[in-house]
This record gives sequence, C-alpha cells and structure tokens, in this order.
Amino acid sequence: MALLLKNGHVVDPQTHTGMRFDVKIDGDTIVEVGENLSSDGCEAIDLAGKYLVPGLVDMHVHLREPGYEHKGTIESETRAAVKGGFTGVCSMPNTDPVTDNGTVVEYVKSVAAREGHCHVYPAGACSKGLKGEIIAEMGDMVAHGAVAFTDDGRGIQGAGMMRRCMDYGKMFNKTFLSHCQDEDLVGDGQVNEGVVSTRLGLLGWPAEGEELQIARDIALARLTGAKLHIQHISTARGLELVRAAKAEGLPVTCEVTPHHLFLTEDALDGTYDTRLKMNPPLRTAADAEALIQGVIDGTVDAIATDHAPHAEWEKAREFELAPFGTTGIECALGLVLTNLVKTEKIDLGRMVELMAVKPREILGLDPVKVEVGSIADLTIIDPEATWTVGAEGYESKAVNCAFEGTELTGCATDVFVAGVRKLADGVVC
Amino acid sequence: MFNNHKHLIDISEYSDSELMTILTTAKAFSSVNERAIKKVPTLKGKTIVNMFNEPSTRTRSSFELAEKRLSADTLNFGGSSTSTVKGESLIDTVMTLDAYKIDCIVVRDKHAGAPYIVSQASPAVVIDAGDGKHGHPTQALLDLYSIWERKQDFNGLKVGIVGDIAHSRVCGSLIPALKIMGAEVTVVAPGTLIPAAPEVLGADLVSYCLDDVLPELDVVYMLRIQRERLEGAPFPSLREYHELFGLTKKREKLMKPDAIICHPGPINRGVEFDSYMADHPERSVILDQVYAGICVRMAALYLLLGGADNGLAA
Repeated sequence: MALLLKNGHVVDPQTHTGMRFDVKIDGDTIVEVGENLSSDGCEAIDLAGKYLVPGLVDMHVHLREPGYEHKGTIESETRAAVKGGFTGVCSMPNTDPVTDNGTVVEYVKSVAAREGHCHVYPAGACSKGLKGEIIAEMGDMVAHGAVAFTDDGRGIQGAGMMRRCMDYGKMFNKTFLSHCQDEDLVGDGQVNEGVVSTRLGLLGWPAEGEELQIARDIALARLTGAKLHIQHISTARGLELVRAAKAEGLPVTCEVTPHHLFLTEDALDGTYDTRLKMNPPLRTAADAEALIQGVIDGTVDAIATDHAPHAEWEKAREFELAPFGTTGIECALGLVLTNLVKTEKIDLGRMVELMAVKPREILGLDPVKVEVGSIADLTIIDPEATWTVGAEGYESKAVNCAFEGTELTGCATDVFVAGVRKLADGVVC
Repeated sequence: MFNNHKHLIDISEYSDSELMTILTTAKAFSSVNERAIKKVPTLKGKTIVNMFNEPSTRTRSSFELAEKRLSADTLNFGGSSTSTVKGESLIDTVMTLDAYKIDCIVVRDKHAGAPYIVSQASPAVVIDAGDGKHGHPTQALLDLYSIWERKQDFNGLKVGIVGDIAHSRVCGSLIPALKIMGAEVTVVAPGTLIPAAPEVLGADLVSYCLDDVLPELDVVYMLRIQRERLEGAPFPSLREYHELFGLTKKREKLMKPDAIICHPGPINRGVEFDSYMADHPERSVILDQVYAGICVRMAALYLLLGGADNGLAA
C-alpha cells in the first residue's frame, strides 16, 4: 500500500524549501508531491509540526563488522543510525579483515542487506591492510560497490604512496577520504598539545600534525587531479588550508564532526574521562569557533560523526590505554539542531545540505530530493522535542558517547529507507 | 580525612596552610625517626596496600617504612606478578584489593590518571605515588620540606628546575606546590624537554641557558635525565647535555653563596652534576630529601587516615 506523508514542512534546498506539502510514496519511490493529496488507498501519516527532509547520510561511521563485533555490529550500528535520523552511512574499512578487497566489500553489503536498518555505503581501503605500502584492489572494490577510498584511522604516511593511490584510483572517479595525521610528529599523542597535555601529563597531539598532512594532500590533489575530502577536520588553520584550496578551484571538500564543533579540550580534566579521547583530539575553543564559522560560510561541506563504538571495558581504563573514539550517530542531528539551527547560525536548508545533500555528492551517490521519481529516503524531524543524550540508553551496542547527559532540542521521529518506515515515532522498526 | 581532602592525588587542591600543616606534622614525626624505637601506634589496625604497577624501589621503600613506623599493616602489591600483567583491568584489580577490606591504597602507575581511577573504584583513601608524566605529590612534599628546613620561608624564593620538565611527574606536582607556597619558579632545559604550556604548571620563566639564571636562584633543582632513552633522544649526547645543563664545580661561582641543590634521585654523576656538586657539604640536600620522604609520607598517611575517626569508631 502506498504511503502518504501529510502536512510535513518540506525542507530541501534542492527543490521545495519552506513549503508544506504532502508526499506520496509507492514502493521505494516518491510518486507525488503536492498540497492536499488524496489519501485514498494510502496509509496516511500526519506530520503536522514536523519537518520532512531528504534522508540524512553520515559519511563517516565505524560499523566494526567484520572483526570487532564486541564493539558494534552492522545491525546494531545501523539501528543507531536510524534512531539518529540517518537513512544511510558510509562504513570505514578498518575492519578485520580490512575492507581492502571486493570480497570484504561484498560481505559488508550482504550483512547490511540482511540485517541492516539503513543503506550502507562501504568505503574501501587505499592501501592493503591499511599499511600504507601497496595499493589495494580498488577496481575490484568498485566492482563490488565501494563508494570511496580511505585509510581512515591512520592515514597514509608516505607522500609518494598517497600520490600513487590518488593517481591510480582517479580512473574510478571516487573521492579519497583522507585521515590527516603525521605519525612522526604526532607519535603517541593523546590529547591536543598545549594547556591540557601539560596539565594532565599526557603526550600532546599537535594541531600541526594534522595541518601538515592537509597541506600535503591538497598539494597532491593539485598534482594528481584526484578528488580529495579531508575527514574530521579539527583545527582553524587546517580549515584555512581547505578554504584556500577551494578558492584555487581544487576538487577539495571537508567534513567536521559534532564533537569538534561543540566540545573543546577544556572538557578534559583530572577525571581523565576516556569518552573524550578521540582522534584527532578535541582542540581549543578558538578552533571550534573557526569550524562553526566554516559551517556557516560554506567552507565545511559536511557534518559527519566518526561514530566509533567501543566496548565498555575497553574504555573503562587508563586514559593512555583506552582506544580513541566517541559514538555520535544518535545525537548528531539533535546537536546540530540545538547548537546551530536553534541559535540561527544556520537554517534548516543549510543543515540538510551538510547532512544529506553534500555527503551524497562527495560519495558519488544518486541525489535524493523531495520530488517525484526520487528514491524515498526521508527523515522526519520534530524540532521541538526535548531529550537528554543517553537518558534512555542507546541503540548502538556501545555507550562511549562524549555527549552523554547533554540536553537537546530536536530529533528524528521517523525515517523512511527506500520507502520503508524504519523509525516510527522514535522507535526503530 | 584531612580537612575536606580524602585523597592525595592533585596537590593543587591543597592550600598553602594545609601544605604547611603537612610540613609541620612531618617535622613532628621526624623525632620518631630519630629515636631508638622508631615506631608509634598511630595507624595500628589500618591496612595499607602499596600498589606499585611499575618498577620503583625508592618511593616504595620510603612509603613502606613510613607505614611501618606508624604501625599500619602493609601489603606490597605489584611488580612483575601484578594481575594487570595477566590482563586484568586496573578497576578489577582495585575491586579485588578492596575485597580484602583495606583502608588505603598507595598507587604508582606508569599511566597518568591511574590514581583517580583507583579512587573511583574503591572507598579507600588513595595516595598518588607517581602517575605517568602527570604527578607525584609526596615527592613535591618532601622537596618542600627539604627546602623549608634550609630556607624557612617560601615567599619570593627563587627556585630553578633544570632538566626533563616535559616528561617529569615530579614537575607536575612540585611546580604547582611551590607556587602555592609563594615561590618563583624558573624552568631550564633545551626546547625538547620543555612542555607545550609550562605556564599551566605555574612556571614563571622558561630559560634555555643555565648560566643566565643560576646567579638568581636560591634553590637549584636538578631533574634526573633518563640515560636509557636514546632513540628519539631529546639531545645529541649526555656529554653535550652535561656541558650545557650540568651543575659543575666550574658553575659554582655563578651561584648564590647560600643556594642549595636538590635532586629527586636516583642521580647520574657526570650528567646532572659532577661529584663535587652532588656531594657538596653545604649545598647538596639530596640525602636530606630522602629522609624527608619518610617524614612527609608519615605525615600524609597520618593526616588522611587518622584525623577525627582515629581510634575506635562509634
């Protein structure tokens, strides 16, 4: 039976922003958009007071399967994604075995098709085993559905190797998602180098360790012509480099995470809270402010979570021994609504651009629009719902959320993935 | 409890008068250590675990003697037999210790923040005996004690700390403690051994030149250079380090007549100083520091474990 989504306030910068429309879905496709559509033969859902937007895509997610199912599974983390309002996620290749060949890409896709709650777009590794030595079988991975390439988690250390990956891979017209970290400079850095590293006696992870590789990869994008996307950018100067690259006309984009936007190193204190240990680390308030400016002025292309689930016991230990990463996929939308939209720093249209339109564009996915013929990946948002992160637990298998206890306004109530209701009134179906 | 302090982890939570109370209490315990029978019944019936998760001989010995002279029952836990080596988490280890019904855990760990984790996992009093590159509060107390004995007053006292500031747990506690007491602190080292933000610890001045600052200093505190760490070394050779930052007989003429020399030990002759300076009868207080370690640890244990409910609880 067809679905009729009635009275939703449509926000889609690609089409009808700002209008109240009914949207009819048949199968996996939007078949009608307009005012006062007839509900004959339809299951109607009233969306009065809610926003209807193109389904959100989180382009940076660690699903942990295969290999690290104790942290999270494709089932559990796509469940979390749907709860957070996402209709699709781009999965990172640091699995075990590494997603560096067509077989593993196929495995991720098949598990996602069987058990997943939303679309999974696998990113493949640039180098075999994420070792930064030999180019991975990019052609094979593309043939099996890889959408992008990345050595996320570590980054490729050699400039020559990065250049080879980009030169080779550009024939597939995919984007290189770059984790920028100069290992020689960063070493065993734990937190941003400066005030906090000194106070807590932890090795510093200097901003320059990230900025050097951003500069390098921009130079390599210029040299090779390959499409470059800087992941989880965390520093003001790093963003400045991207701004300059864009002004030059280079094919360079970037993403920023909610934790780098809304948390700073000042949150770290003598309690050594390992939920605040992430890579790159939380930076200064000035960096966060610059990132927010980048979100406002368009330098930042996408907001992505770097959702990184870990087992409770892995995080419940000495800071230096705990793994990097925070979960974030369930609260990202609420954080953006509360901290950027409510405060009128950006409007909803810009939010949709950052969390739905641009991620698809960068990953080379078909656009999703609120218009006839588009695939029905849709997110419904209640802008007034107030809730507290973690108060009712998480859908994710993991609980390592840096935002636990944060009070937010706004959340997804419903999610439609290819026309199928996967979240209904806040409950994962 | 000592005032509102349950633990001794972050020395910067203590006020100048509280630190002075610890020093005067240590002074009182000093007399115990000079008796023929070096024991008082103060902590009789209290059980203290010395949980040393990384090798340490001096600090552990000092704590153990302090505990025994206060008549506490002590248990040494750690070394190569620690359960953490067998894969148990710190929290599980602490919960196990706790099941022994203990009163205090003295924690030495190579990871910063470990004492805080212990304090969250156990109701026992926790004393930080050195955590990673973060802190070492009883070392700071014994340094204060040694300086106080010789200088009587901290106000305006100029203390220079020379050496590996960046990787020093001693500095993490000593510099804040000196600032609380009113001293001025200069840190002296090559750039590779200076932390990213020395002012956060309380350093008033950073210098790369020992000769420049030496004439001003009332206290010259030499930090140990780790000889064993050569890969990624922060300076080209011990020879050059000694040449630039070593306290030598030749440099003595730059020092104030009453300037004293401290070192947390173990010392490296020929690196941090020459033997003339290490053994200097008027200036070197290095062995006084070792003795002070017993006294201040007795004081800290007494103040934290004794206090109001010292004796039979109601």
